[in-house]
Amino acid sequence: MRTIARYIKPFFGRISVQMLIKIAGTVIELFLPAMLSVIIDDYAKQPGGEKGVWLMGGAMVLFAFLAWLGNCIANRMSTNVTREITRNLRRDLFHRITALSAAQQDRLTDASLISRLTSDTYNVHNMIDRMQRLGVRAPMLLIGGIIVSLVMEPVLTLVLIATLPLLAVTVIWSSKTGVPLFTWVQEGQDKMVRKVQENMAGARVIRALSRTGWEQDAFGEVNSELAARQRKADLTMAKVSPITSFILNASLAFVVLVGAYRVHMGVIGPGKIISFLSFVTIILNALLMVTRIFVMYSKGSASAKRIEEVLLQTEDLQRDELAAAEEKNHIVFNHVSFSYNKKYNNVSDLSFAVGHGQTLGVIGPTGSGKSTLLSLLMRQYDVDEGEIYLSGKPIRSLTKEELHSRLGVVFQYDFLMADTIRENIRFGREIEESAMLDAVDCAQAAFIHEKEGGMEFPLNVKGRNLSGGQQQRVLIARALAGDLRILLLDDCSSALDFRTDRELRHALRERHGLATTVIVAQRVSAVMAADLILVMDKGRIIGKGTHEELMDTCPMYRELCQLQLGGEAV
Amino acid sequence: MNGGRGAGRGPAFAKPKEKNSVVLLKLWHYLAKYRWIIIFAAVLSILGNALGLLSPRLSGAAINAIENNAGVQFPIVIRYVILMVVVAAASSLIGWGLSAIMIRLSRNVVSKMRKDLFDHLTTLPISFFDTHQTGDVLSILSYDVDTVGATLSTDLTQIISSLVTVVGSFIMMVSIAPELLLVFVVTIPCSIAITRWRAKIVRPLFSKRSRMLGAMNGYSEEAVSGLKTIRAYHQEQEFNDRFKTHNDNAVHATWHADHTAAVTGPTVNLINNLSLAAVSVFGALLYMGGKILLGDVSSFVLYSRKFSGPINEFANILAEIQSSLAAAERVLGLLALTPEPADAPDAKSIADCRGHIEFRDVSFGYEEDNTVLHHINFTAAPGKVMAIVGETGCGKTTMINLLMRFYDVTAGQILLDGADIRSLKREELRRQFTMVLQDTWLFDGTVFENIAYGRDGVTREDVEAAAKAAHIHDMILSLPNGYDTIVTGSGNSISKGQKQLLTIARAMLISSPMLILDEATSNVDTQTEKRIQDAMLQLMQGRTCFIIAHRLSTITGADCILVMDKGRIVESGTHQELLQKKGTYFELYHAQFDRPQDAA
Repeated sequence: MRTIARYIKPFFGRISVQMLIKIAGTVIELFLPAMLSVIIDDYAKQPGGEKGVWLMGGAMVLFAFLAWLGNCIANRMSTNVTREITRNLRRDLFHRITALSAAQQDRLTDASLISRLTSDTYNVHNMIDRMQRLGVRAPMLLIGGIIVSLVMEPVLTLVLIATLPLLAVTVIWSSKTGVPLFTWVQEGQDKMVRKVQENMAGARVIRALSRTGWEQDAFGEVNSELAARQRKADLTMAKVSPITSFILNASLAFVVLVGAYRVHMGVIGPGKIISFLSFVTIILNALLMVTRIFVMYSKGSASAKRIEEVLLQTEDLQRDELAAAEEKNHIVFNHVSFSYNKKYNNVSDLSFAVGHGQTLGVIGPTGSGKSTLLSLLMRQYDVDEGEIYLSGKPIRSLTKEELHSRLGVVFQYDFLMADTIRENIRFGREIEESAMLDAVDCAQAAFIHEKEGGMEFPLNVKGRNLSGGQQQRVLIARALAGDLRILLLDDCSSALDFRTDRELRHALRERHGLATTVIVAQRVSAVMAADLILVMDKGRIIGKGTHEELMDTCPMYRELCQLQLGGEAV
Repeated sequence: MNGGRGAGRGPAFAKPKEKNSVVLLKLWHYLAKYRWIIIFAAVLSILGNALGLLSPRLSGAAINAIENNAGVQFPIVIRYVILMVVVAAASSLIGWGLSAIMIRLSRNVVSKMRKDLFDHLTTLPISFFDTHQTGDVLSILSYDVDTVGATLSTDLTQIISSLVTVVGSFIMMVSIAPELLLVFVVTIPCSIAITRWRAKIVRPLFSKRSRMLGAMNGYSEEAVSGLKTIRAYHQEQEFNDRFKTHNDNAVHATWHADHTAAVTGPTVNLINNLSLAAVSVFGALLYMGGKILLGDVSSFVLYSRKFSGPINEFANILAEIQSSLAAAERVLGLLALTPEPADAPDAKSIADCRGHIEFRDVSFGYEEDNTVLHHINFTAAPGKVMAIVGETGCGKTTMINLLMRFYDVTAGQILLDGADIRSLKREELRRQFTMVLQDTWLFDGTVFENIAYGRDGVTREDVEAAAKAAHIHDMILSLPNGYDTIVTGSGNSISKGQKQLLTIARAMLISSPMLILDEATSNVDTQTEKRIQDAMLQLMQGRTCFIIAHRLSTITGADCILVMDKGRIVESGTHQELLQKKGTYFELYHAQFDRPQDAA
C-alpha cells in the first residue's frame, strides 16, 4: 500500500478541501430538522406567526440548495482526484511492464500482467473513489458522536468504549483474512484470463479437433473455481457487518443496564439515557460504515499489492561499467553459457566473432539453441557465463538505447498489431516514407500495394487477415526500415516460397550489405553464402566456418546440404 | 502518433439503443429460476427491518421501568436488556443470512453468465477471433460481468427493503393527513422526472465507459503479447505514449460518467429537503388554520423523513444501477452475436467417410467485393495425397479454411463423398479431418495433456509412442518433469520447431479419414524432418491428405500437385509431369537449388 499511498499524497490538499466542503454540506443539512422544529414549535404556536413560518421556510429552501451545491462540488472534486490517481497509477504500471526484463515477464506471466493492468487497477480505482465518498462522513460522525457522548455521560460512554477492542479485533481480522482472500480471487482471475486468451488464439485448432465441448468444460472448471473463490471472499467479508452490529447493539443493552444502576444510585436521571441512546445510534451507523470501508480496503489493497509487486520490480539487467577493449570484430561471443531454468544449460560455451558488415548464418536441429543465441545477443536475458561484446564493448555496459536503436529483428511468429500496415512497419520509430517503401520493396512485400489503401490497409488482430508469408514479409520490412547496423532474422522466411526467399536474400545483400547480419534458418540456402556459419547441436557449436570449410569439416552440415540441395550443391 | 486508431478492430459489443426494460427483461432470464429465493430474501429483509423497529421499543420499555416512581424495577429492566441482546443477535443473524443468500445468488448468476459467454464464444464464426481483441472480450468477462453481479448482490436487497419502507410510510402518511400529501403530489413526480432525466444522460456515458475500458484492455493485451518485440526495437516509450491515449480515454470516460452521475444523489436529496420545507410550512399553516393537530404534523414529518430515506438511498445506488445496465448491455451484446449458422434441420450425419473430396467451381472472398479464390476445380480420391503449392498469399490457406468450413464458399460447391459439405453436420465434418498448422497452438497444461488433447481416453503409452514417432520423446524426457512438465505459452526453453513436433505427435493420436498439413514442419530442421518421415508417411497412410509446404522436397511424392497463382489453379499433375511442363512449378522447384553466389 505504501506505493499506492505515494500516488494519493500529491492530492492530499484537494482531498482535504473536498472533505471540508462535504462536511460543510452535511452540517448544513443537519440544520434543516432544527429549523423545522423552530417552525412547528415556535412560529406555528404564535398568533400571527405566518411571516416567521414563511421566512424560516425560505431559509430551509436556501439551506437545501446550499447543501446540494456543497455535495455536488465535493462529489465532483472526488471524481477528479480519482481520475488523476488512476491515470497516473495505470500509466506507471504500463511503463514498468514495458521495462520488465524477459525473465521477469516469464515469471509474472502475460495473463497475470494483463489482469493487473486491467482488473486490479480498476479495483484500486473503486477503493479510492468509495473511500473518498464514505471516508468523511463515517469518521466525522464517529468521532463527533463519541466526543458528545463523553461530555454528556462519561461513564456510559466507557461502556461503549469497552467494546472498541472487540470491534478492533473484528476489523483487523477482516482485513487480515480479506487481503489474502482477495489476492486469491485475483489469481483465479488470472487463470480465467489465461484460458480465454488460449481459446481465442487457438480457435481454429480447437474447432478442427472438435474439442469445443472439452474446452467448455475446462472453462467451466476455471469459472466455477473463480466463482467459488469470489463467493468465499464475499461471504467472509459479509460476516463483518453483522458481527459489528451485534457487538454494538449488545453494548446498547449494557448501556441501559449500567444506566439503570446509575439511576438507582441517583447519579443521573432517566432522560439522560434516552438522549444518550440516540447518540449511540449515530455512532453505530458510523461504525457500520467504517467496517464497510475496511472491506473495500481489503479488496483494494489486495489489488494494490499485486500492482505494487510489478511496480517494485527492479531493473534486473543492470548496466555495469565495463572497460571496452580494442576489437575489430562487430559481434563477439566469448565462452557464453546460459540456462532458462538454471538447471541445465540451453546453450554452452559459445564462442565466435563476426566482423562489421559480415553475415553470420546459424543452422542446426530444432531445440539446438539457435533462437536462444539471438535472445542473448539482444540481451533479453543475461548470460550465465562468458561475455558478449558489440564493437569491443560488453553488452552489459551498453544502454538499452545503444543496444537496440540500430537493430532490426524478426522473431519467429513475431508481433503484428491491429493497426495499419504503415504503423506496423514504422513501429513507433521516426522513419521517412521513402525508407519504408524501400524496405517494403526489399522485403519482397510489394503485395501491400495491391491491398486496398496500400500502406493504410488495416490489419486484423495479430495480422490474421494476411497469409503467413505476407505476415513474415511485413515483419521483415519492419526490420529493414530502420537505419540498420545489425539485422537479426530468426527463421523468418519459413513461410516464404523459395522464389520469394531467394529474391529476398539477393535484395538484402545488395541493399543492406553494410549491416552485420545474423540469419537463423532451417534452409542451407539461406545461410550458405554467409561469411561465417555456425552449426549448432544440443546447445553447442559443432561446426564453424564458411560453406566450403564446413563441407570438409562438419559431417552434420554435409548431410544437411545433401538432404536439402541434392547432389548439385556438393 | 496515431495510437488511438481503431484500424482492424471489431465493432463494439454494446448496442446502446436497447431500452432498459429490454435489458432488464433479459437479465430476468438469469434471475427467474431464483425467484423463490428472491422472495425469501425479501421476507427476510422485511423481518430484519421489523426487528430493527422493535429495538427502540424494547429500550423504551426498559427506560420506562427505570423511570418507575417506585424506583428502578431491576427484574423488568434485566428482562428487557436480555431481550435487546436477543433481538440484536437475531437481527445480526438475519442480516448475515440475507447477505449470504444474495452473495450465493449473485455469484451463481455471474458464474452462469460467464459460462454462457464463453460457450457462446465457442460457437462464433472464426472471423470473430480475427477481428476482436482478446482484451476487449476479457473486459466483458471480468469487469462487465462483475459489475452486474455487484448490483445483484447488494443493490437488489436494498431496493426490496426500500420499497417496503416506502410503501409502509406512504400508507401511514395517507392515514394521518391526506391534505399534506399534496406536497408529495408535486415532489414525487419531480423526483421521478429528475431521476429519469439523469438516467437518460448518464446511461450512454456508462456505456461509453464500458466500451473505453474494453478498448484499453484490448490494447493492454495486445501490447503485453508484443513485449518482446517492443523491447527489441527499444520502442517502450512509443508504446507508453500510445497506451497513454487509451488510458486517458478510459479514465476520461469513467470520470465523465461518475462526474455526471455525482449530481444525481444530491439532487434527489435536494427535492426531499425542499419537500420537507414545504411540508413544514404548509403543515404549520394548516395547523394555524385549525385544520390539523400539531402532533399529526410532527408524525407526518417523521414519516416523510422515513419515506425520503430510502428514496435517497435509491438515488445513491442509481448510478451503480446505471453502470450495471450499461455493463449488462455489453454482456448481452456479445451473447447476441450471430453464431456460426446452425446446421440445417436436415443436415446429414457422416457415416463411414471415405474421404473423397471434390471442389466444384469454387469461388470465395472474405469480403464481398474481393474474391480471392476463382473457379477452383479438382478432385481428391480417397487415400490420395494432394499438395498445394504457390507463392504466399495465393490462397492455399483459404482453401483449407473452406474445407474445414471456417468459412463457407461464395459460389460453387465442395463435396465430401458426393455430398455438399454444407448439407453435413459441421462438427462431424470437422471430425473427419486432422489438422496440423504452422502456427502451433499449445495450451497451459502438461506435455502429456497437450499431446493427448485431440482424443479422449489416451493412455501414457499411446502418448509416448506418438512422441517417439515424432522424435520428440528424448527432448521431453530432458525436461524437468518429463511428460508432466507444464508447457506455458511464452518464455521457456521449448523451441518453435519442438512445438511443431508436439503438435505432430498430437495429430498422430487422432484417426480420421483426412489429414491437413499446413506448413506443419516449417520450423523443423531438415534432418529431424527426414527422421520423422516414416512416421509422417504412416500418419498419411490410407488418408486423403492435403499438404501445403514450401519445402518442395516434402511433396515430391504427392499423387497430385496443385500449383496456384493469385487464387487460381494454374497447373496440376505429379512432380514428374509438372517438371516436364517447365512452367511455374519448374521455376519454383529450381529456386530452392539456387546457389546465391551464382545469382549475386
